[in-house]
Amino acid sequence: MSASKLIQLGAFFLGCLLLLSSVQAETSPTWTQATALFKQASFDKTREAVDLLATSHEPQAQQLLQALLDGQLYQHKQTDALALLSDKDPLDLSTGQALGTVNKDDYRKVPINNTLRKYLRSKIGGLSLANPDPKVRLAATTGLLETITPEMLPQLQELASKESDQAVKDALQLGIHLASLSATDKPTQLAAIQALDGNLNPLVRNKLNPLSTNADPEIAKAAQASLRSIENKVSLNASIETLFFGLSLGSVLVLAAIGLAITFGVMGVINMAHGELIMLGAYTTYFIQKLLPNYLDYSLILAIPAAFMVSGLMGILIERTVIRHLYGRPLETLLATFGISLILQQLVRTLVSPQNVPVSNPSWMSGSLEINSVLSITYNRLYIIAFTLLVFAILSYLLRKTKLGLQVRAVSQNRAMARAMGVRSARVDALTFGLGSGIAGVAGVALSQLTNVGPNLGQSYIIDSFMVVVFGGVGNLWGTLVAGLSLGVINKFLEPWAGAVLAKILVLVFIILFIQKRPRGLFPQKGRAAGD
Amino acid sequence: MSEGEGAHFYREGALDTSHKAILYLEGLNVSFDGFKAINDLNLYIDAGELRCIIGPNGAGKTTMMDIITGKTKPDSGKAFFGQTIDLLKLSEPEIANAGIGRKFQKPTVFESHSVAENLELAMKGDKRVWFSLRAKLDHEQKALIEETLETIGLTAQYHQQAGALSHGQKQWLEIGMLLVQKPYLLLVDEPVAGMTHQEMERTAELLKSLAGKHSVVVVEHDMEFVRSIANKVTVLHQGSVLAEGSMDEVQQNPRVVEVYLGV
Amino acid sequence: MFSQILKNDRGGQIMLVVLAAVLIVVPILNLAVAETSALHIPTYLVTLMGKYLTYALLAVAVDLVWGYLGILSLGHGAFFALGGYAMGMYLMRQIGDRGVYGNPELPDFMVFLNWKELPWFWQGFDQFWFALLMVLFVPGLLAFVFGWLAFRSRVTGVYLSIITQAMTYALMWAFLRNEMGFGGNNGLTDFKDILGFSLQADQTRVALFICSGLALALGYLLCRYVMNSKLGRITVAIRDAESRTRFVGYKVENYKVWIFTLSAILAGVAGALYVPQVGIINPSEFSPLNSIEIVIWVAVGGRATLYGAVLGAILVNYAKTVFTGLMPESWLFMLGALFVLVTLYLPQGLAGLWQPLKTKLGHKPEVAA
Repeated sequence: MSASKLIQLGAFFLGCLLLLSSVQAETSPTWTQATALFKQASFDKTREAVDLLATSHEPQAQQLLQALLDGQLYQHKQTDALALLSDKDPLDLSTGQALGTVNKDDYRKVPINNTLRKYLRSKIGGLSLANPDPKVRLAATTGLLETITPEMLPQLQELASKESDQAVKDALQLGIHLASLSATDKPTQLAAIQALDGNLNPLVRNKLNPLSTNADPEIAKAAQASLRSIENKVSLNASIETLFFGLSLGSVLVLAAIGLAITFGVMGVINMAHGELIMLGAYTTYFIQKLLPNYLDYSLILAIPAAFMVSGLMGILIERTVIRHLYGRPLETLLATFGISLILQQLVRTLVSPQNVPVSNPSWMSGSLEINSVLSITYNRLYIIAFTLLVFAILSYLLRKTKLGLQVRAVSQNRAMARAMGVRSARVDALTFGLGSGIAGVAGVALSQLTNVGPNLGQSYIIDSFMVVVFGGVGNLWGTLVAGLSLGVINKFLEPWAGAVLAKILVLVFIILFIQKRPRGLFPQKGRAAGD
Repeated sequence: MSEGEGAHFYREGALDTSHKAILYLEGLNVSFDGFKAINDLNLYIDAGELRCIIGPNGAGKTTMMDIITGKTKPDSGKAFFGQTIDLLKLSEPEIANAGIGRKFQKPTVFESHSVAENLELAMKGDKRVWFSLRAKLDHEQKALIEETLETIGLTAQYHQQAGALSHGQKQWLEIGMLLVQKPYLLLVDEPVAGMTHQEMERTAELLKSLAGKHSVVVVEHDMEFVRSIANKVTVLHQGSVLAEGSMDEVQQNPRVVEVYLGV
Repeated sequence: MFSQILKNDRGGQIMLVVLAAVLIVVPILNLAVAETSALHIPTYLVTLMGKYLTYALLAVAVDLVWGYLGILSLGHGAFFALGGYAMGMYLMRQIGDRGVYGNPELPDFMVFLNWKELPWFWQGFDQFWFALLMVLFVPGLLAFVFGWLAFRSRVTGVYLSIITQAMTYALMWAFLRNEMGFGGNNGLTDFKDILGFSLQADQTRVALFICSGLALALGYLLCRYVMNSKLGRITVAIRDAESRTRFVGYKVENYKVWIFTLSAILAGVAGALYVPQVGIINPSEFSPLNSIEIVIWVAVGGRATLYGAVLGAILVNYAKTVFTGLMPESWLFMLGALFVLVTLYLPQGLAGLWQPLKTKLGHKPEVAA
């Protein structure tokens, strides 16, 4: 069950509760008294009624006051019943129920002036702060923070002492400190500055900024120190965010490269069509979403095995028809698979469309996890990182612990010997290539959630993928993981001061130079076998 | 060009064998991923000597040759060519130009070149880029090629593409390439693998005739062949010297017997 | 001297004779034959052929490193483009105050970017001789530095291919940046004249065509000369058995660097001749796709033959012109299929078909001489 369902359910119960209490309210003397006061149509009397309602615990009181403020409060000329008449359904305020169609001529508008309006606003704010729902209280408190003045201090303190919800209490506490900043006595101000040290709320910085040039050197100094520590904390959080962006970019790179690490690293095959196998995975996602338009939340999950199959089978087809004939000739494989990549691209252009296709994000992919007021992490990036690690774990398991994995490693180390031991190397080759290609398809599903899905999708990832594999060290899945993540992080840390394009160039140059220094990558295979 | 100066420095006369030995290997260690391929190896080869090195598979014979020729750098130890030339500071071509020639276990010749061209390429001489652009064979060099072809019995194959030679012929061609290189020290890795009995005899003769003028180190599995050529045999085992002496001495050494029979 | 260089190179002899004939006949048919005549060759065709000739020179450069040295460079487009940019910078300076903004000193795009003065690296490009020097120097220097780094650390095989690709990819991104001062995405264009001759004039077009042909012929002879020398034999030895070459005493990395640099310079010259004929140079010339396409020209023609590269470049590009005109959809299918089929079924390229034919016709193969 999703969170939104729970909220709906809660709202339903709340509604029932309100209904029950409103039935009681009909007989409430406060309501009758207020109704009488409104009938007199004088600003003073209206004000009296407002006071009455604001201190009462009438459930409809807040709605009534809001209606009054908005100029939508009407009184029936005969029955004196109070009603909310707006463009939407008219509402009987004493019961909270819809009135159905009404004749506006039967009603009289309750008049209001500017003094009253101002008065109403503060009363409504107070009412919200006393609302039984902590969410409403929190929203009211947060709304209050921006316009807070020292005069509100006693009220805030009283509310804080009574408050039971921790979040609201914290907000109120923040409000008390913020209000104290503008207080006139120095000790209160200093104490507030002290208390707000390290608080990341932007309001705090706004309020502290003028204080840092305060005439009183002690206050100015304290404010400056506090601001500095806040700035430090903000930049730390910014670094964490950059790191996170880097890791998510790195995950994408790992995902795109890891299939290549298998075909290139384990089999020694250069597959230039790897990018197009990723693209096929992305298009599979698109078609599954098209087939199941009503199950957007689940179709993405379904797309993972589907894309694995589509790209995997295409990979096996490529291996059986072309690559099989080119083992031991890596440069020729490179050219042939490049040809295949052109054909696959053009195939998609011809059969689907040369334009990008729209792929939707399921609802659970959107939104973000708020860690504090300057750091929030979007769910789609979080999922990508988790998904990459999952794929990596499954793949390592496959290669390390299963029979297929054993055979793959055997063939990659010594084809002739493996064959002599009874390994059907042709089958292993096909399956390995299928596996690597299938992973590319899975990467395509993930990429479809992050970038545009079009015929050129693969092309833009192929060079980066090769860089990751080469940087990590061929034949080493861990190398690919470390290389992908670190390249992602390096890229994101370079971006702020170098710009995206220059960062990309710098990373490429870095890898080119790195390969000169360590031709076999970060984690080279050692030993005599690694020589020529 | 550093390359040129280097080649110059190690040419004729730079090799100093005044203390009899031409090759010093002292305290060498090499490990691959924790596996000790060479373990505190000490070996001395005298000038003009013909030495055979035997040992079971994985004893470190090929790795030792890799160190001498600069292909592998050891983790520790010393390798000197004569008194003065530190092999560990030189690259493969510098070592080759200093006067160490190598024949590989698997015969490697330049397959798309003719037999004569293979010899031309291997021949001792200026091996700088710009020189090679204008290099022409002079009479002396042509004579040397013909002479060598006769020695290795490939005169009829003068123009034949090396890739089209038989396995045994490739072995011979590679030996021929060693000869025209005129090294002081020849490292010969399994020279008779894939040869007929007759060819083997000829190889034995050739190697024996080379000794004296050159120093020769032969790595071989074929015991009969070793017996037919060697004065002194070194047995390698697990990366270090197990025994050294004449063939008979070595064969009676109980540790050698254990290693060979135990394997 | 030619006869010495072209000894045993029947393919090259035929190619050069055909080239010479084309270089004589085409200008006559364009300039001396009336436009109304059926024999007249329109100027756009002359320029198209000139473009093919520059591609052929580029292919020869790639064949030199791929066919003879065994290095599959996926970055030769970068050297071609750098030569092109060097020429483009000269042509930009030649525009003078005839640009849209009429600035006598600054090219239009710099005025547009609000630059106040010519960057230091644009100095001197108003001189033709300087630009020519840069056409040779810039690609050569890049190749030398890149090769020196790569070959010294013994980066070989696929690794090398991939980092050459990364090199051209990085350059593409760099030239896309406006801050680089090479016109960003739009590159350099709107050229007016070269050495005072209008680029629109038929005579200039024909002259450029002839220059391209001569450059191809000279480049071909140079490559053939080098490959016939002992240096060439060492190059092939490195391709076939690199470590053996080291053990007989050759510093392989030096050989590789010089051949690679020579090849890059030839590619740069091709680029410099290409730009005035097509009238534009932009960062797309650096795209990895372009570089890899060159390789397929060579593969189609047959590598390690040089004349095969010329043949392949012209045939593939002719096919491209025809098919992108007739059915644009089909071209990428065909190019893709070409990659696959040639590597699978025609590893020696078209020149490989010619070899057995040659023997059949009684031509003595080299080895039996």
